[in-house]
Parts: sequence; C-alpha cells; structure tokens
Amino acid sequence: MAQATRKKPAAKTADATVSARIAAQGHFRTLRLGTPFQPRLDALAKTQDWYNWAGYRAPHSLWDEELEYFAIRSQAALFDISPMIKYRIEGPDAEAFLDRVTLRDVTKLKPGRVHYTAWCDDEGFVLDDGTLFRLSPTRFRLCSQERHLPWLLDGAIGFNVTVEEETEAVAGLALQGPTSFAVLRDAGFAGVEKLRVFDLADFPHDGATVTISRTGFTGDLGYELFVPADKALSLWDRLMTAGELRGIRAIGYTALNRARLEAGLIVANADFTTAEHAIRADRLRRPDEIGLGFMIDPENAHFNGRRAILEARAKRKLRHVLVGLEIEGNIPAEHAIVYHKKHQEVGLVSAAMWSPMAKRNIAIASLARPYGDTVVEDLWVEIYAMRELQYQKLMKRAKVMPRPFIKLDRRTANPPADF
Amino acid sequence: MKAWDAIIIGGGHNGLVNACYLQRAGLDVLVVEKNGWVGGAATSRELTPGFLYSNCSYVCSLFRPEIMRDLELPRFGLQVISYEGGAVFTRDGDYLANYRDHDAHRREFARFSRRDAEAYDRYARDVTRQCRFIQPLLMRTAPDPTSLKPRDLGELLYLGKKFAGLSAEEMALTLRFWTMSISEFLDEYFETDVIKANFALSGIIGTALGPMSPGTAYVLLHHYMGEVDGSVGAWGYARGGMGAVTKALAASFKASGGTIRTGAEVDHVLVSRGKAKGVVLAGGEEIYGKLVVSNADVKRTFLKLVEEKELPDIFLRRVRNFKIRGSSGKVNIALDSLPEFPALPKDSPVYRGDMHFTDSMERMERAYDDWKAGRWSTDPFLDMVIPTTLDPTMAPPGKHFMSCFVQYAPPKVNGREWTDADRNGFAESVIAQIAEYSPGFRDRIVHMEVRTPREIEAEVGLTEGNIFQGELTFDQLLFNRPVPGYAQYRSPVRGLYMCGSSTHPGGGVMGAPGRNAAAEILRDLAKSTSHMSPAHDVI
Repeated sequence: MAQATRKKPAAKTADATVSARIAAQGHFRTLRLGTPFQPRLDALAKTQDWYNWAGYRAPHSLWDEELEYFAIRSQAALFDISPMIKYRIEGPDAEAFLDRVTLRDVTKLKPGRVHYTAWCDDEGFVLDDGTLFRLSPTRFRLCSQERHLPWLLDGAIGFNVTVEEETEAVAGLALQGPTSFAVLRDAGFAGVEKLRVFDLADFPHDGATVTISRTGFTGDLGYELFVPADKALSLWDRLMTAGELRGIRAIGYTALNRARLEAGLIVANADFTTAEHAIRADRLRRPDEIGLGFMIDPENAHFNGRRAILEARAKRKLRHVLVGLEIEGNIPAEHAIVYHKKHQEVGLVSAAMWSPMAKRNIAIASLARPYGDTVVEDLWVEIYAMRELQYQKLMKRAKVMPRPFIKLDRRTANPPADF
Repeated sequence: MKAWDAIIIGGGHNGLVNACYLQRAGLDVLVVEKNGWVGGAATSRELTPGFLYSNCSYVCSLFRPEIMRDLELPRFGLQVISYEGGAVFTRDGDYLANYRDHDAHRREFARFSRRDAEAYDRYARDVTRQCRFIQPLLMRTAPDPTSLKPRDLGELLYLGKKFAGLSAEEMALTLRFWTMSISEFLDEYFETDVIKANFALSGIIGTALGPMSPGTAYVLLHHYMGEVDGSVGAWGYARGGMGAVTKALAASFKASGGTIRTGAEVDHVLVSRGKAKGVVLAGGEEIYGKLVVSNADVKRTFLKLVEEKELPDIFLRRVRNFKIRGSSGKVNIALDSLPEFPALPKDSPVYRGDMHFTDSMERMERAYDDWKAGRWSTDPFLDMVIPTTLDPTMAPPGKHFMSCFVQYAPPKVNGREWTDADRNGFAESVIAQIAEYSPGFRDRIVHMEVRTPREIEAEVGLTEGNIFQGELTFDQLLFNRPVPGYAQYRSPVRGLYMCGSSTHPGGGVMGAPGRNAAAEILRDLAKSTSHMSPAHDVI
C-alpha cells in the first residue's frame, strides 16, 4: 500500500522526505559524532582523552592539560565549540520574540553585538543560559548548553519568526588568549582590531563568511568564530598557520574549564541544574539564585517567567544564592560541603581549583540563604583530599568573593594589544 | 494427618516468591500447582523438539531487585540478558528505533521530527518524576483509608506526605497522569504520530483499553517502573526463557526446605467456621494447612475455589465486578532461520530488541475497536521479540524462537466461546502482519503455539487470559486492589490470603505482591521479617 503511494508522481516530495529519512538510518553505528574539525583534532590528540559533549566526541585534553591551560593565559588557545547547541532565529518579529523568551532586554542589543543571557520557564526557573548573537536587525543566533527547540517553537507562536536548529551546519571555534588578536590579524582578517568586547562582524573566508565575535569563556582576550561546516578545516588551518609563531595550541575542555572558573563563569548542569532536567523539584533555580539576577530589568515589559521572578523577590522566596569563594590554603575544594561555624551545613561547592593566575584557592558554591547573602562571616568548607588511599580531612575558612576572580585589562583593551 | 504451616495455591512467580519468604521464616510450606510444571505465566516449555518457548510472559523488567537478592536468584541460576533497543516499523518502508544511547535516541527521533527529538528530555523528566513517586509504594502494603489503626494511619500519612511534597505543578500532573489517556498525555510532548505510537504501546499492553481511553497513561508508568532505580539490565531476556525466573525461585524454595506438588489441581479451599483449613484437590484428596495463600487471581480464588456462602455479599459483588478482561493473546513461533526485515540494516541492534508494526495512534485505537466489537484485531498490535538473538539455549544453532504478544484478543468472539477456527484466524492476522514486513517469513515457520484468552485461561488459570490478573486502571490500584477493604492480602475468610497480581501493586513479573503478602502473613503470625530486605530508597 505504502509502496504504491510512493510511485505516484504527486507524492514526490513525500518520497524525498522518506528517502532522506531512510538515508539517515545509519547513525546508530556512530554514537559519538566527530565535529567538522575532527580530522585536525584527531591528528593532535596524543592523549586520546575524549568525553561526550552533547553527542560529539570532544577532547578533555589533547596533549597536556596543564600546558593547554597556560596556552590560554600566555599564548593563544584554539578550542572547538562546534557541539554547542545553536539556533538560528530569523524574521521581522525575531527581536520581539527573543525579548519575550529571554531575560535580558533584546531591544538594547544592537545588530553586530552579542550578550550573555538566560531564559526561564513560566515559574521563573532557569531553563538554560547562553549567548545571543544579533547578526542583523532580523537575524539572531542563540547558543546554549542544552536543547530547547520545543520551547522556542512553542514560544514563537504568534510571532512572525522562524526557529531552526543549526548545530551541525555551523562549526565554531574559540580562539582565546593574549596573542589571539595578533593571530587573527596575521591571518588576514582585516578590521578585526575594530571589534570591541561583545562586538561581532563578518569576514570573508574561503569563498564564504566567518562571523567573528570578541567573546569567550575564559575572561581573557579572545574571540569566537562561526563558519559553515564545510569551511571548518580551512579556517582551522588558516589560524594555525598564522599563529605558529604566536604559540597557538589546540586545547581540550579541562583547560578551558579552569579558565572559565577563574573568570567566574557558570556552566549549566555543572553549577546549577536546568529546569527541564531537574527530576527533583527542589533543584530548580531562579536567576537570582544562580547569580543571574543582573539580567533582569524589572522595567522591561514582558519576558517569560517575569511575574514569578518578581514575586519571588518581593515575597523573599529566593532560597539559594550562588557565590564565589576564596578558600584558605591551596587544596581544591571540589564538591565540598560548605558549613557555617564549622558545623551547620549551608551549601555545596560546584567547582573549585587552585588558580594559577590569581594564586588563590577559588570556588563557586551554592548556599542556602541567608548564608552567602546577608550572612557571609564564619563560612567553612570541609575538604576530603584523597592522598594515597587516605582522606586528609581539612576544615578551611571560606570567604565570599566577587566574581570574576581575575580581571585582565587585556580582555577589554582597545585596540587589543599586539602580544 | 499432617497440617502444613502454609499451603500456596499455584506455583506462579508470586506464589513461589511468597512460598520462599514463608519457608525462610521457618514455616513448613507446600506449593500445589495444577500443571505438571511450575511457573504459571512465567514458564519455558519445549513444545517442539529443540525449541524452548517463553509461553506467556517474555521479558524481564519489573522483577524487584530486593527479592532477587533475598531469594538468591542469581545463585540459583537466573541470568538476565539486557536487550539493546527496539523499533516500530513504518508503512513507508522505514522504522523508528529506540536506542539505549541518549544521543542516538535523539538523532533517531530527529529523523522524523527535530522538535520531537528535543522534546524527549522533558518527557523523560516528567515520567521519571511520576515513577519516583509511585515506585516506593510498590513494596509497601497499601493503607486502608477507613482504618484507624496506627499502622494504616501511618501509611496514609506517608502517602499524604509524599503527595504534599509535590509542587502544585507536579500534583496537577500526577492527578492527570493517573486519569488521562496515554494519547492525550503524549500529545503534550510530541507531534509525530509514529513517535507517539512508539511510546503509547506501554500504555495499552495487557489492558482492555485503547490508547485514547482514560487511565492508560498510568499503565505506561507501570511499565517504566523497572527502570527507576537504575537496576542493571532493567529490560532483558531471562536466559532459558521466562521459565528460568520461576525455575530459580523453585530451586531457592526447595533449597530452603520447601515442598512443591505439581499436577495437583485445587478444587476448593476447605473452610470451617469462617477459617481456611486446607485445600481439596480435584481428585478429592484433602490437604490440611494452618493457612492458605492463593496465587490465583481474585475471581478464580473467590468465585471458584471458595464457596459463596463463606463470603459477604458486597465482597462477592465487587469481586464479580473486578475488571480482569481478556485483551491479549500470544503467538510463539519456532523458526528455521532468522527472519529478515529489509527495512532494517543487517547490523541493527533492533534485531535483539522488541519490534512493533503499529505506527500510528489511529491504527492502535482501531485495533481496540475490533475488541469492543467482540473480534480479534484484524490489524493487531504486536510486541515481538526474538530472544534467540541473545540466548542460544532456546533453539538449535541457526534456528530461532520468536515471541509475539498480540493485542487485542477478546475473551469471547462475538459473544461465543473461541473455536479452533477462530484461533487459526487470530494467528493468521499475526503472521500476515509480520510477513508484510518480512518476506518469506511464512516459509521459516517450523512450529507455532497460538494462545488466545481461551488457552491462557485453560492452562495458566488466568481469568479471561488477563496477564495482570486485573487491569491496572486507577480504580483498581492501591487500597482498591483488588477490592476496597481487602487490599492488604487478607480475605473475608480467616487464614486465606491472596498473593497474586490481583493484589497491590499489580501485574508484571515483579514479585512484589508475593513478597508483600508474605510480610502481612508473617505479621499475623508475629514472626520476624528480618530476612526480607526493605524496599530500596529512592533519593
């Protein structure tokens, strides 16, 4: 019956849809996809230390996670961000739609600019955070950790806008570190020096266009580059060639994760649980509870979750707070319990490290208010440091610190310095 | 004359679980089983040389790990082989697969709808939340809401607290989940018909309801329960067929000193002055016991094995009205080679999983329409597995055993009893459907066992062939299962207990009813239950 239908010429489109669908069956043979940069990563992956990033094979490290970190701080580091989820949002109502869906005021985001934002469900619980790129007056790219197509499509009802997932079609690279500007300039991206922090612009590359923004996840001078997937390898080669004498190195996530912690940036489903994945209702978080309260402008007319968020503020229903901690000593306090007066449990460290830049023992923690909010004295963390099959139990004093933990003038300097 | 401490009527998995726990508590226990073998609906039988059939139940998913541990089933030979996926074949020559890997699962759904692919996480979150609410109740005796006993009040409070612990949104979802249809529930997450059909099948299996009938969302939950506590091999084939589960139980029972008599059909329960004294076998032999536990379903127990005069009117009426409608059948097939499915790549893990052919909600509901009209479905819903792709012990080398669970099959055909001709017609509807997707399928068939509700009732003793000993609709759950006032495994006859799937928490090869009943019996006897592991925490 189905066969007969397929032979009718009128059913040609349906036929093509079915053929395309059948052609895609074989994905079960490759559970972790390679990114468009995979041939280059594979060639450099001396540690063969992979992890699963949203269904892609991504490197924890490539050759030496320590040196990879220092490439970010002292040279230029190239990190493949292709697995990041990307949505293309386009149409006359794109601005209004995104203003409705996301927390920050999108009417203030000019074409050619990027901002860090987040979005919430109807109860004001955070679904994810991400970056919003305004590519033109009517075209945006939203990058996020988790997937949100049903949420975005449902939100788009009533707006003249299209939402398309373009994760596989668009390859992305982060080029971060003091020499990153010089690498781009030497690679021939004329005019890249004009980019101020959170600016973006298009540049020609290999018969196509690469979108370069002065953004990143390291708190350092750095850029992110987005290019059609089929131009990925030529872009990689162009940067690597130009950066050879500027110490350019490909890096894995371990190094990046250190840099982001020094920069005080949070990671969804590491430092907080996203609302669509929280099985336990008490794990949900409002923006004010994970340090994203700054995104909310109560005057901004109408965004999703606004009523619940403002009500929680007014009725003091905010139960948690996310803080930066400086911990005495030099032993990282990863996933340590935070105490008040050494005995009352008040929270948990979600990320911690010894910061080579700040020369401090730093951490991000979620605390139960009022601890970390109005009560910031007498906080402690209990560190269980496993040393040769014995826990060295340490009770160390913790001080609430403003984030970022490091501030580098070169990140914002204009024009960017030629290192 | 010897009086056993306990006589268990029926050697199904719950009867054996119950018997094991009682024997291990120091009781002298006898299991009487009408068939020449134990197992009830969890059996493996060789009906044609070289082939073992899982005659009724065919996959292992819900069996409680606490019971496996207490009764040392791995030691007594139980091995569960996890299977790797499954698929619904579509009429356009494609299929929609379920893969264990999260990302493969998403990419597979994305072949049909990118939106639905990304909707799965929210669906999984909500279903998991509901399972986490229900799952701790499985291994607890349901409270009697009319009782003022401290224990019942305590259990009610526990239920109430659990419910009060839900957010307003979750509470609304919970109530809807327990009452709505699986079709409506899936509409809230997915837009693609075949994706909905893929999930909906868990909402109708073993139930005389269609995907659009209210109450079917809960049935889906019941099938997901096995996955909540992350037991390894949550879904799998018991090596040697489902009989391996009851074989291990029987071995465990015997090792602890228990006695099993097969070929011993109980005619009725001996009752004297409102108290059970033993059983009378079909041949007239009387066996005495201090207490009697029935693994048979509630209708068979109280409408056939106990005289009416021993039972209160209201109880009897409720037992008569208990919904235990026959809705499914089973076709077991011996194949001389592995069937080919041209739509499926040869290296697909789906061959080692469950396969289905109902690719739309409407087809599923139409199949139910046939049942309502008193016919078997002309286009039935099949849950088909080929365990021999993972278990070489069930067929000769190169040959295969295929199990087809078939829905819908009415308890009576157009109001009359099933005939052999009906049974053949029923089998043909199954074979025709498979052959549509697997050319040459008919030629591979060596032998077939076709089981309509008639055969299942006659052999296994399940009323109307209902696999759950009573439907899992919300009106028949918790303190209403099987009937209000008798949800704690006891009956109006003192010393007569129930331990089958007619009791809380219901059917599936789970073992929880048998275990919970044992706990109640030991409580009545003031015996220790220290050999029974408490339910695992859900944190």
